[in-house]
Order: sequence, then structure tokens, then C-alpha cells
Amino acid sequence: MSSTPTYRKVMTRVEETHREGGRGVDPPTRKAVAAAVIDNPFAGTYTEDLSPLFDLGEQLGADLGARAVAALGINPEQVQSYGKAVMVGSDGELEHAAAILHPKLGRGLRGATGGGKALIPSSKKMGGPGQVLDVPLGHKDAAYVRSHFDAVEIWVNDAPRRGELLVAVAVTDSGRPLPRVGGLTTSEMTGEDGLR
Amino acid sequence: MHRGTGVSREDRFVLHHQVVVCEHIFHEGGPAPDTPLRRAYAVAVVSNPFAGRYVADIAPAMEELKPLGRRLASLLVAELGGPDQVEGYGKGAIIGEDGELEHGALWHVPGGYAMRDALRSDDTGSAAAIVPSAKKVGGPGTRLDVPVTHREASYVRSHFDAVEVGVAYGPAPDQMLLALVMTDGPRIHARVGGLRAEEISQGDGLR
Repeated sequence: MSSTPTYRKVMTRVEETHREGGRGVDPPTRKAVAAAVIDNPFAGTYTEDLSPLFDLGEQLGADLGARAVAALGINPEQVQSYGKAVMVGSDGELEHAAAILHPKLGRGLRGATGGGKALIPSSKKMGGPGQVLDVPLGHKDAAYVRSHFDAVEIWVNDAPRRGELLVAVAVTDSGRPLPRVGGLTTSEMTGEDGLR
Repeated sequence: MHRGTGVSREDRFVLHHQVVVCEHIFHEGGPAPDTPLRRAYAVAVVSNPFAGRYVADIAPAMEELKPLGRRLASLLVAELGGPDQVEGYGKGAIIGEDGELEHGALWHVPGGYAMRDALRSDDTGSAAAIVPSAKKVGGPGTRLDVPVTHREASYVRSHFDAVEVGVAYGPAPDQMLLALVMTDGPRIHARVGGLRAEEISQGDGLR
């Protein structure tokens, strides 16, 4: 696990659903989110070159991915779906979130989740302390697997402060509790092109 | 305690969702201590068997909640790495809208004593302090600030804190959210004086 001493906070959250729609869910579906609060080095400035955030994204993908997988107590290969999101404090810019998320975070996260052919679904927004960030989820090898389209909330009561970024990674070992809206299933997918 | 309702007592507070959160706090703008503060909470969203009507005799249900108290307490002790790691605690409840604030009060005994039982030992102390608590009625996504104090002495000022708990999808109107919180140290930059943990001497749960 790459250590990242610049964290102000890091949080893991594991959610289990044991019952849904009046029925038992056995085994329970499980999601884990790992989120870090870090300084936004470009808060309060307009900076053309955001590449330092690209590398930070890769470290965060690896470290937060490892923390989320560990929180579920599974092997990386058992991860079924994943997602990522960033909330930028008010002295930052939405593009700072994009710089963390899109160039390199996926490389770090896939390293922690036993690979993953599918695009990592993402969300980003500006926000303040305690605001909710919804992290989208999709199957890690086949983006069209409908049973695994989902999202999970994360929030940290005192973050992001104005000069901070809240960076979140989510993984699951399951899909939705009672999937029944058709579409591609895990048994039908081939998982080779990242889509089906 | 089985009252012949056709429903076993374990079934009345059916577990719908369980959430465990652990927060590591490295600093808050000041000098980072060698070890971060950890604050963990465990919540269960369960059916509220008393929702939708007034039931006078609810106190026997406290017994039924004991297994849930033990479950959440042991999750937190495991999360923080053992009873000797735990320094602060608190508990709380959010009651769905078809229930009553009084239903949340059922959690005081099974929630509080489950934590104390999980923490007390010859090595780690008796968990003598009253477990601070908060409760309210609310809907899905409601957050509750659960107060936290030192487990051995309520007046230890460095450990006064609160942890915000909540779950997006609960409690539904006929559910309750029951929460336990444990922390492993003082506020990250505690510096407002008062009784310090090293000065606890009375064994009375207060000082």
C-alpha cells in the first residue's frame, strides 16, 4: 500500500444489505468505499498544467482501492464492480477533480482490484463539508452488466474544506440485492472488451 | 420471554442493513501526531416491531436487542484492533417516522452494556463512564450526531467529541437505525485543558 502522508483524513465505509423488498438477501450484498481528504495544491489559483494531480490520482487509486478491498476482506480478484468520484472544495475547480480522476487513477485502482477491463464509472462535483458524494458503480469487466449498475454514498462531516479535495473509490463483491430488470448478466458476459 | 405471538423474538428486530465506518484523522491543519485518531461507528437498520401503533409494554424488548448490541460492539472492537485500543464511546438511534422516540430508548441498555462488556477487562479498565447518547425520529438519510466521551471518566475534556452517523436508505418508516461509536484517542489537536486521561483516579466513571 503506497503511503500517502498528505492525507488529512481517510475513511472506509462498508455497507451490507441483508433484507430488501421484504425478502432476505443471502449472502448479503456488500459495498465498500474508501475516501481520502487531501489538500488541493491548486486551490485559489488558475493553473494550466494540472499534471501533478495525475500522479496523485494514481497513488490514490492504488491506496484507496487497497483499503476498500481490505475493508471487504476479499481478494482483489473477487471485486465485481467499481467506481470513483471526487468532490472539490469551493476554492478549487471542477477540472481539478477531472485531473485526479481521469488520466491515471484507473491504473492504480485496477492494480488493487485484480484488473478490470471496463471503464470505471465516475462522478465529480464541487461541494462543502458534509455534502454527499454519490459514487457510481459498474461491473469491472463488462460495463453493460445491468445487475451491477448502482451507486453508493460517501460523506465526511468536515470535508472538503475550501482548499481540499475529497477523493473516493468504491468496490463491491456483489450487484444489486434483487436484480430483475434484464439486460446482460454476469453469466452471459465475456469480459474481454470491457463492454459485454 | 417468548410470548407466543408466532414470531420468534429474534425475528422482531430483523436486520436489513449493516454499515461499518472507520475514519482515520491525521490532522486538522495543525501538527500531525505520530498516530492518527480513529473514530469508528457501526449501525444496524432493523425492523421496528412497534411502528404504527402505541404499545405500552415495550421494555421487555430490550432483552431482544442484546444480540444486536453484541454484534455491533464486537465489529467496532475488531475494527479498532482490540478492547485496549478503545478510549471513547457513544451510542444513538434514529427511529423511522411510524415509530416513537421512546422506541429508540430501548437501545440504552443493550447498546451501552454490550459496549462495556466488550471493553472491560483487568488490563483495559472497567468502562465505568456512562455511555453518552442521542436519538431522534427521522427518515432515510437522516444523520445523527452521536456524542462521544472517555470510557472511564466522563469529565475527560480531551475526549469530548461527536461522530456523525447515517445511512442513505434508512430508516424507513417502520424501521430503526441503531448505532454504536468507538474512538481510540483524544481530539486530534486537543488543547483546551480540563481533566486529562492520565489524571483519571476516582474510578467512579466521572473523574
